[in-house]
Amino acid sequence: MSIKNLLRGTSVAACLVAGAMTAISGAAQAQEKLKVGVVGFYTGAAAGPFGIPARNAAELMVEAINAGNVPAPYNTKGAGGMEIEAVYIDESGGTTKQVTEYRNMVQRQGVDAVIGYISSGSCLAVAPVAEELKTFTILFDCGTPRIFEDADYQYVFRTSAHATMDSVGAARYIATKFGDTKTYQGINQNYAWGQDSWRDFDLAMQSVLPGSEAAEPLWPKIFQGQYGAEISRLSVSPPEVLHTSFWGGDLESFILQSSARSLHKRTKMLLTTGESVTQRLGRKLPDGVIIGARGPYGILAKETELSKWLSQTFADRFGTKPTFPSYHMAQAFIAMKIAYDNAAAASGGSKPSVDDVAAGLRHKTFEAFGTTIDMKLGKGQQAITPTAYGIAKWDSDTGEQTITDVVTYPAECVNPPAGVNSVDWIKGGMQGAKC
Amino acid sequence: MSPAFRSNLLQIGLPVILALGLFMPDWAIFLGIISLAKGLVVLGLMLLWRTGLVSFGQGLFYGAGAYMVGILPQYLPITDALLLVLISAVAAGFLAFALGFLLRRYREIFFAMLCLAFSMIFFGILVKSESLGSTDGFNVVETSYLGFVPEEPIVMQRMLYITAAVVAWFACLFVNRYLGSTMGRLSRAIKDNELRVEYLGFSAKRAVHFKIVIAGTMAGAGGALAAIAIGHVDPEMVWWIQSGEFVFVTILSGVGNVIAPLLGSVVFEILRTFAIEYAPQAWQFVVGGCLLAVIMFLPGGLWSLIERSKEGKDDGNSSR
Repeated sequence: MSIKNLLRGTSVAACLVAGAMTAISGAAQAQEKLKVGVVGFYTGAAAGPFGIPARNAAELMVEAINAGNVPAPYNTKGAGGMEIEAVYIDESGGTTKQVTEYRNMVQRQGVDAVIGYISSGSCLAVAPVAEELKTFTILFDCGTPRIFEDADYQYVFRTSAHATMDSVGAARYIATKFGDTKTYQGINQNYAWGQDSWRDFDLAMQSVLPGSEAAEPLWPKIFQGQYGAEISRLSVSPPEVLHTSFWGGDLESFILQSSARSLHKRTKMLLTTGESVTQRLGRKLPDGVIIGARGPYGILAKETELSKWLSQTFADRFGTKPTFPSYHMAQAFIAMKIAYDNAAAASGGSKPSVDDVAAGLRHKTFEAFGTTIDMKLGKGQQAITPTAYGIAKWDSDTGEQTITDVVTYPAECVNPPAGVNSVDWIKGGMQGAKC
Repeated sequence: MSPAFRSNLLQIGLPVILALGLFMPDWAIFLGIISLAKGLVVLGLMLLWRTGLVSFGQGLFYGAGAYMVGILPQYLPITDALLLVLISAVAAGFLAFALGFLLRRYREIFFAMLCLAFSMIFFGILVKSESLGSTDGFNVVETSYLGFVPEEPIVMQRMLYITAAVVAWFACLFVNRYLGSTMGRLSRAIKDNELRVEYLGFSAKRAVHFKIVIAGTMAGAGGALAAIAIGHVDPEMVWWIQSGEFVFVTILSGVGNVIAPLLGSVVFEILRTFAIEYAPQAWQFVVGGCLLAVIMFLPGGLWSLIERSKEGKDDGNSSR
């Protein structure tokens, strides 16, 4: 056999060997272990701002829960007495891949529960599969309210509030703090998240500030990165409030490019996911922009034993403070621990059934890191939480980002009541909101 | 490769894939359906490839088939999987027929780019359609099988697998027949010298148009099968990265035989799944590395390995 033939053979074989290996090793697993699939964007544009902070939080939580190091009342070891073993799966590559990998996790790798999904598209696609395979699944970060409004689930939960809250909270903050606002405009990425965010914000503004008027929204495409034309247009006739649901690299680029041209001095910038870039931008984030965190997280978090613990241990280990995706992930782990602890108490020690585990979380209210989580919507499967907005201010003495004028809105003020469709709720003037 | 071996392979093909469906573990069934679905698209690309055409927009027809499955049951009381796949395939075929009038006039990079352009227009329309869930997409209704709705989800999966296997097998038979016909044999001639084909009295444009329609129809069927299996459709099925993946698998498979696209598709799905499991942060690197290795050491694709082992000749490309 010539060298070339040998090379041909080995190159192809190398590609396939990995495959054969797991087919054999995949099945074995110990009974006392709780194998959890943890899915998020570990590659691509959403990895830096969301995926990696979430994965870091997951690693931290797995170790802390296994060692019993989380502060009370979560200081017992393991989930339902079982040691957690995490399997990390990348969310990049589209929904076909997500569904394939979800099935692989459950059917081949023998995963007991899944925590994951940052993209709403992934959540929508995976939820029916989770239900079909009867696997306890916590969606930790994705935003769309459609998941529990378009369908009913037994085994799928979401422990963060859905995106309606972000836009309603933002509009309420403008009404509370800048009640004389007459004009507002949006610049949002041209895909589902941006479209939904603007729609909800616009509707909520019409409800809380009926006298205000929206200018024609701008729709740059996602991952555009260059906003020269948009910034020029906004500079010509700046609105009083500029709403954006940009995230990650797009948000960072937009902030850097617009602050270089002093746009933030001519318009009140409202960044609904702004908190996720505070650690990366540092003092490059201009003072005076309004930032949200998709809930009361990060610098907007309430000071509690639990939130202080998370912030401190995370900073010690990873050298940066946790941002809201880390909080979303950490609270999903707490929810899973609660579900398994409750189920174990009900089943008396043996590995609990998935129905027991789901019942252990359904309709429950619990304290997470700086917020209370109430599994109130979607027949007890979808959480509502309070939310907070504030104004960024760089503290040059300590070299840290601080926040002023924080307003926290109770969960029932910014989330629709149970059984009501989110868009209808905002359109109908947010009936039943308790502020 | 001898024609006898090729036709033997085709004759035993269907029973073999069906039998595999009975013995495969649960997790492999889904992988099998997706491989067959994408294999159909690659089969169409193979047909174009042999004519010297590469489409970087095959996701257009794949996505069109998928969205048909998503939208059709909302307006008509059709839930039968096979019927849905056939209707979607025909619809995608019509789309390919319409676009073919323009596409057939171009070759090489211009053909590739025009295909890409059409697919991205469709992508843009879908992203702008909030009623279709924009980039989030929407869920597909549950399907039935010849009036039978299985209770157990795994039975459902196996039924769909059988449907996919039957569709893929018929597609392979058809393409094999077509390649053996005069029009099919023109593929190579068009690739080599179009002018001579015209002098022979055939219309190269018409031949190319027909291939575009076949490829589009099969891509539509593939998209429909994938949509039913996944239970969800979104614009990513139309995106250029999806189209690129199909071209990737075509190169990986090789264009030597009608079975090659299906085999290549299976290998690709397995490779990707295990790459993701073992290297969640570097799986693209592994997949890309394998493509590089295939291009460098196996220019005829994976199929050339089988060909060589059967006949012991060291020729990467098959003659037909």
